[in-house]
Amino acid sequence: MNQKALPHALHDHAADLVVLGGGLSGCWAALTAARSGAKVSLFEKGYCGTSGVAAPAGPGHWWVPPLPGAREDAVAARLSKAKGLGDGQWMHRIIERTWQNLPDIGRYYAYEPDDDNRIRLNALRGPEYLNALRRYCLAMGVTIFDHSPVLSLLRDSTGRVAGAFGAHLQGTQGLYRARANAVILASGGCAFQSRLLGAANNTGDGHFMAAELGAQFSGMEFSSIFSVVPKNTTMSRSMIYSFARYFDTHGREIAPDAQGQASLGLAEALAAGPVYCDLSRVPQDIRAQLPLISPNVMLPFRRQGIDPFKDRFEIDLVGEGTIRGVGGIKLAGPNCESGLEGLFATGDIASREAVTGPISGGGAVNAAWALASGCLAAEAALSTDRRTPRRLDLPGRAKPKTSAAFSSESHRAIRTGVQREMLDASRQLSRRASHLKRSLTTLDTLWSQSAPSPADASLQNLKRDRETQAMLAVARWCTSSALERTESLGMHRRADEPELKEPVKPYHVLSGGLNEVRSWREEAFS
Amino acid sequence: MIELILAERCTGCGTCISICPSNVFEPSSGAVPMIVRQEDCQTCFLCELYCETDALYVHPDATGHVPSPDTLTPPGDYRRDSGWGSWLKTPVTATSTGAWAMYSHAQENPLEEQL
Ligand SMILES: Cc1cc2nc3c(=O)[nH]c(=O)nc-3n(C[C@H](O)[C@H](O)[C@H](O)COP(=O)(O)OP(=O)(O)OC[C@H]3O[C@@H](n4cnc5c(N)ncnc54)[C@H](O)[C@@H]3O)c2cc1C
Ligand code: SF4
Ligand code: SF4
Repeated sequence: MNQKALPHALHDHAADLVVLGGGLSGCWAALTAARSGAKVSLFEKGYCGTSGVAAPAGPGHWWVPPLPGAREDAVAARLSKAKGLGDGQWMHRIIERTWQNLPDIGRYYAYEPDDDNRIRLNALRGPEYLNALRRYCLAMGVTIFDHSPVLSLLRDSTGRVAGAFGAHLQGTQGLYRARANAVILASGGCAFQSRLLGAANNTGDGHFMAAELGAQFSGMEFSSIFSVVPKNTTMSRSMIYSFARYFDTHGREIAPDAQGQASLGLAEALAAGPVYCDLSRVPQDIRAQLPLISPNVMLPFRRQGIDPFKDRFEIDLVGEGTIRGVGGIKLAGPNCESGLEGLFATGDIASREAVTGPISGGGAVNAAWALASGCLAAEAALSTDRRTPRRLDLPGRAKPKTSAAFSSESHRAIRTGVQREMLDASRQLSRRASHLKRSLTTLDTLWSQSAPSPADASLQNLKRDRETQAMLAVARWCTSSALERTESLGMHRRADEPELKEPVKPYHVLSGGLNEVRSWREEAFS
Repeated sequence: MIELILAERCTGCGTCISICPSNVFEPSSGAVPMIVRQEDCQTCFLCELYCETDALYVHPDATGHVPSPDTLTPPGDYRRDSGWGSWLKTPVTATSTGAWAMYSHAQENPLEEQL
């Protein structure tokens, strides 16, 4: 692809820092950099303020004051669940950062006191929080490009990441090229377009672009977590389900969830027939507070004439992939360095093993990580030395050779294939080598059969093709990593290799590659 | 999925076009936006929150198109429960002492961390 062959207008942008993704982490990164005077451009696939998984939810942040012993206790508790994959120093850093920086949002966010007239600084309503972050970014001078998905990263002649290439889907449409001194990847996790609330844009685009340049991943086997939703809906906010009981069509009770995570029993019952949820145990005070704390949770019930506290209602399970899973880009340094010069990774796109271990960080740790990693990476990105002038490589040259790009027609078929492998709850919750190998072969075949996109594809289709490629690539790293970890650990359950009596030496499963996917082990030092 | 834009209520402000994270709407020659990529709708209900005249209705079924009855008017309950627009209550400004209060509260109610 050279510039002349592009059928679309090409816009040029320049900044000190490009932030890729305007969700929780990207916003904190952008405003932190802008506050210290840098020129920041933020590119968001959807709309910064409503996009990403935090916007329709209500992220609580890990919140521990610097009282004597309090943080040590909190970190020790988390480390004990991290099975040797955690890092106490990282945990302390994100607790401290969150404590220091989160209250800054108070200038843009209208807190409401709870019933006891207390302000709860760490529990925010998603739509208002993300809207506040947007206004905070704008007030600090961040230039926000909405509806501008990034399609690939750009490198300069020295091979350093020096910008992004993408498409403006609204307004002055066309392709764009944004040059910067450093790039922060904050495009979130990947849930394979399951019906997870707010996750439709989280297709692993950033993972894919980074892999094109050789980035490595860690913990991708920790991608097998499923959440309950009322049947056919997206409402995956989990709080009320901690009181749930589940029944099959014969009224037989199904084994309860394990720690808020959907159990294999539930998945198997669902594979066999409808499953009904009973919420009659939800306490009265929570029922009363629900519309204030989580105003959207009641919408699916109310609009379908269900009284969830009286009527049993049908449920589905939706896959969370790496979102409330754990895996992502393997970080190479203490400030979210990606291992590629000029490129940083923050929030859900980065592996969170250091702060979560092999279990989900949803509920408190993930949001604190998104905030803190964004702030840390922004500071580090600005202190990298500047090198101008540079020649920028257009995507055709920046990309390693890959045969994989899809015609729009095959998009749907590939997406369906990926979802069949990755979103089957009973198989993902009891993984076996035989299934995993078959999955990998199926996914590899999809990859090799894909045909190049037509040069005159519409901007919308260019975006879609990239999403499909990305989901397929993420699915292959997840599957190959799941094969590599032969014992059960945390959310990764191997039905053929049950938990070992003798603990193995803790190790990380790393993965990477596009045409050839690889995964391998690396000893964990904690 | 997004099912309805009630023309009588829509002022043509264009907000839904810009804030929809899935880029579902497009401007039309008339004032009322068009739903052009319904299958891309991620059923997040956020357009309802941003529409100041309660002109939009999102059906909770995300698996396919569910035609809404001719008589349906958007209930505006998401905006009401969220206290947006005309439902706005007096905002409270955070204080730093609130942070400490929150800590003790979280200790008593660990569940509330998981929203
Ligand atoms: C229902 C739910 C409830 C949750 N509740 C909690 C909680 O209570 N506590 C907690 O700690 N965590 C919680 N989490 C997790 C938490 O929301 C995430 O960890 C956090 O939002 C991650 O931030 P992020 O910025 O990395 O990703 P996101 O917030 O998902 O943002 C990623 C952004 O990148 C954009 N993007 C993607 N691809 C591109 C591209 N190619 N170009 C440009 N932009 C792109 C997306 O549109 C999106 O806006 C919850 C998650 C879910 C799903
Ligand atoms: S936000 Fe509401 S009033 Fe504005 S254009 Fe959309 S539907 Fe019409
Ligand atoms: S529900 Fe969400 S994705 Fe669907 S039209 Fe409204 S804002 Fe867009």
